[in-house]
Amino acid sequence: MNENPIFSLALHIALLSLVAVGGVASIVPELHRQTVELSGVLTEQQFADLFAIGQAAPGPNVLFVTLIGWQLAGFPGAALATAAITVPTCTITYFVSRVWERFKYARWRIAMQKGAVSVTIGFVAASALLIARAADQNLTAFGITAATAAIALWGRMNPLWALAAAAGLGLAGAV
Amino acid sequence: MSDSASDSAVLNPEQKVPALSELFTGFLAISLSGFGGVLPWARRMLVERRGWLSEREFAETLAFCQFLPGANIVNMAIIVGSRFHGAAGALTAFAGLVGVPLLIMLACGALYLHFGEFEMLRGALAGLAAAAAGLIVAMAIKMALPLVQERRVSAILFALAAFAAVGLLRLPLYWVVLVLAPLSMVWCYWRPR
Repeated sequence: MNENPIFSLALHIALLSLVAVGGVASIVPELHRQTVELSGVLTEQQFADLFAIGQAAPGPNVLFVTLIGWQLAGFPGAALATAAITVPTCTITYFVSRVWERFKYARWRIAMQKGAVSVTIGFVAASALLIARAADQNLTAFGITAATAAIALWGRMNPLWALAAAAGLGLAGAV
Repeated sequence: MSDSASDSAVLNPEQKVPALSELFTGFLAISLSGFGGVLPWARRMLVERRGWLSEREFAETLAFCQFLPGANIVNMAIIVGSRFHGAAGALTAFAGLVGVPLLIMLACGALYLHFGEFEMLRGALAGLAAAAAGLIVAMAIKMALPLVQERRVSAILFALAAFAAVGLLRLPLYWVVLVLAPLSMVWCYWRPR
C-alpha cells in the first residue's frame, strides 16, 4: 500500500487540532515530528519556509497546515489538511457555545483553562526552539530572529514590517 | 457606556440582527485587515464598526475562544455567526473569514512549489523564516511573562516540563498532553493559587 502520506497526516492534524489551544503554534512540534522527523515528507528547510509563509500571509495562522497539505498532495491535499484543522474544532465550538453560559464560572472550567494554558506555553516555547533552529542557519538569521522578537514584544510598529524587512534583506543576499 | 448597560451581558435587546451577507463581508474584512494579528481588528470590526458585540461580550467571547481548541478568531466567527443565524450563520462567518486567505495561501503554496528553489527567492525566504521564528519566540515570551510576574511556581514548572518533553526530548505531543494536561488541571483545581 503506497498511499499518499497526506491521509495519515490529515488524521494527525485532526487529532492535534483538538489540543491546539489558541491556534497552531502549540502543535508545531508534533507537525514537525510527523513531517520532517518520522516520514521525511518535508525537509527542515521546507518546514521553516512554509511556516514563514503561513505567518506572513493574511488570515488565521492555522492555515499553515493548508500549505503542508498543498506541498504533499496539491489542491486535494490542501483541502483535506484545511478541513482536518478546522472541522473538528469548529464543531466543538458550535456545540459548546450553546452550553457555555451554564459553566462559564464553574471552578472546574476555570481550573481546566488555567491548567491547559501552562502546558500550552511549554509547547509554544518548544515550537519557537524548533522553528528558530530550522530557520537560523547563520548569525545574520539569528540576529533577524532576535530583532523580530524584540520588535514584536516591545516595538510599537506592526511586526509585519519586520517580516518585510527580513525578506528584503534576504532578497539582497544578506542572509 | 454605563455600568448598568454593560451588566446585561447576554443579548442587547435593541441590537439589529445582521444578514448572512453582512456576516460574510464582516469576517472577510477582518481576515484581510488582520495582517500580523487578527484580534485587534476583530474587536474594531465586531464592537466598534458593526456593533455586533458589546465591549464586554467581546471580552467574554474571547475568553471562551481561548478555552477551546483551535484558532481564537476562527472560533469567534463560529460563535458570532451561530448566535445570529445558527449553523448557517456559523458556516457563513467561517467562509468569510477563511475563504480569501485560503485562496491566497494556495497561491503562495503554488508559487513556493514552482519557485521555492530559485536563488533570489531562497534568500527572501531565508530572511522571512528567520523573522517568523522571531514572532513565535515573542509569542512564547509574551505568554510566559504573566506566570513569572505572578510567581505561579507550579504553572511555571508545568510549562517547563511541557517544553522539555516536547522541545528537548522530542516526545510525541499526544503523550505529553495526556499526562501533563490532566495533572496541571487537577493541580489548578485543588491549588488555585
